[in-house]
Amino acid sequence: MNFEEQAGKSVLARAGVSVPQGRLCASAQEAEDAARAIGPVVVKAQVPAGKRGKSGGVKLAATPEEAATAAQAILGMEIGGFPVARVLVEEQAAIAREFYAAVLNDPASRSPLVLFSTEGGMDIEEVAATRPESLRRMAVDIRKGFGPADARRLLLGLDLGEAAVPVAAMLVDLYRVYRQHDAELLEINPLALLADGRVVPLDCKLTVDDAALYRQADIAGLGAKEPLSALEERGRALDLKYIELEGNVGVLANGAGLTMTTMDVVSHAGGRPANFLEIGGEAYTKGTEALDLVLSNPGVKSLVVNFCGAFARTDVMAGGVIQAWKTLNPTIPVFFSIHGTGEDEAVRMVREELGIEPYDRMEDAISAAVEAAR
Amino acid sequence: MIVRKSDRVLVQGITGKQGTFWTEQMQAYGTTVVGGVNPKKAGQSHCGVPIFATAKEAMANGGFDVSVMFIPPAAAKAAAIDAIEAGAKTVVCLTEHIPSHDVMEMHAAAAEHGTRIIGPNTAGIVTPGEGFVGIMPAFNPRVFQPGRVGVISRSGSLGTLVCLNLVRGGHGQSAFLGIGGDPMIGTTTKDALAVLIDDPGTDAIALVGEIGGSMEEEAAELVAKTDKPVVSFIAGRASPPGKKMGHAGAIVTGDRGSHASKRGALERAGAVVVDVPGDLPAALDALMAEAAKRSGAQRLAD
Repeated sequence: MNFEEQAGKSVLARAGVSVPQGRLCASAQEAEDAARAIGPVVVKAQVPAGKRGKSGGVKLAATPEEAATAAQAILGMEIGGFPVARVLVEEQAAIAREFYAAVLNDPASRSPLVLFSTEGGMDIEEVAATRPESLRRMAVDIRKGFGPADARRLLLGLDLGEAAVPVAAMLVDLYRVYRQHDAELLEINPLALLADGRVVPLDCKLTVDDAALYRQADIAGLGAKEPLSALEERGRALDLKYIELEGNVGVLANGAGLTMTTMDVVSHAGGRPANFLEIGGEAYTKGTEALDLVLSNPGVKSLVVNFCGAFARTDVMAGGVIQAWKTLNPTIPVFFSIHGTGEDEAVRMVREELGIEPYDRMEDAISAAVEAAR
Repeated sequence: MIVRKSDRVLVQGITGKQGTFWTEQMQAYGTTVVGGVNPKKAGQSHCGVPIFATAKEAMANGGFDVSVMFIPPAAAKAAAIDAIEAGAKTVVCLTEHIPSHDVMEMHAAAAEHGTRIIGPNTAGIVTPGEGFVGIMPAFNPRVFQPGRVGVISRSGSLGTLVCLNLVRGGHGQSAFLGIGGDPMIGTTTKDALAVLIDDPGTDAIALVGEIGGSMEEEAAELVAKTDKPVVSFIAGRASPPGKKMGHAGAIVTGDRGSHASKRGALERAGAVVVDVPGDLPAALDALMAEAAKRSGAQRLAD
């Protein structure tokens, strides 16, 4: 789950990390009022996406009137596919230097990774490529944690002057918030050294592990909603992984690997998949709901049902599909390929109850479906 | 990590519905299941084997080599660490959706104790004709036959499809190694490949990959060094690119992760990467014939 800047900053603030004063505003009037209370401000689009500055979504405003004009311009923009519904109106900081800091899950070391760079405010890929000596990284033993001594070791030799102490304290704080909230990523860019010597996060990107949301109930409500189509919303409500695509060949398979492969073969055969939908794992009992969902897309002209059951029993999945097929009575053609756990029973059911002969090779079932969709 | 009949298997969560079903399947196939774990039913027996309160208790009472976890996500960390601290050589973690911070704690404990974790989110491992650990249709003769091709797959469903295609093309398997679909797994594609390269029972390797991460690119380094033929299918070519939040992840993997990157790395290392899984057996036949010709020529030269 991704958090917009202000949501991430409120998570930081709740954990005792000091953040700039700001207000979330949904209109030019609200932005003007906020600026009147705060003083000179920066008005920032709130979307869970990067490149806001380059897209024109961040503007300085010296007066309440300028804040209103800036908010007017930014609200309603679309940045990274997200419509801007709210802006953060935040105090302008007197910035002395800009740094980069992040804590993230690192698949290579299978451990948390703390990153710091003296080159803040730019793309970190660019920093890694052009100024690698400014970028420090430390893999953390998650059972020992990351304390002040670790932070000092990470920063050793960097030209930070008196900022070294508050920066080290900030890194320890960021690691603590990352751990406390099951973050996959907590990235502060820029992390600013102010003229008065304080170190504060001027931006915040937070991604919390979806698998841990059950124990992050206190912040889960602050996360950004994903932009989902109506059908994807329905899939989400059913706890099914459904992604709507542009094509006309409906896909129903089990397991992410097999479902991706089914889409690949549709594409290889010259067709276009209408969706990603997998009912593997614990979802293998949801054949009925899944078929209903796939067929609700009016673009679907033919359907591939491709099961290769390991844990997911193909007889249970096929039973669900058959039941839905009989209820919905669709007019489009359907092509089956079924193998793995429970296949004899599944094939028999499809044959006897639908009068359809499953294909032995999935490539053949998919070619037939692509042909039928033309 | 190739499961053998001599491996003594402990089933954590043996009394649940799935634990029971798959323990019976493993036993029927020939896997040596020596016990189960359920703290509430310790002292009883289930599926004909004793139930222990913890993996440590199982280790103290007869011992085990491999633990397999039928454990829900919220309890998975404690169960895995119990097995690791008990001295398990291998922990097969089937559980999907374990919080990533818990997974990192599991890996840290495993590294300290020298335990191999397979998974999380694996469908398990199969040695046809000998045994299996996990939730694979080992008992389906159309999918698994004893043979000499080693198979590596992140995904259970796609791994099943690939094994089916191999058997259809006349190739049995020396081992199926399901490594798991999670982003942070204990045994990587490269680790599994090293095992198959060293295995005298494996003549050729089918490497099944997926978009995302950089495991296939890293495995390509070993592909370049082995004489064993490697064929590969990488799933996800037609998948829409995911949305990315922040940039910190990107510097860890660089621009790796795309289908083109993986395919390119494997092909440069000498693997044959096919467009559809059905083409794997023919690609394998061609490579194995070539290898046989090479070794024949080598023998003549000697």
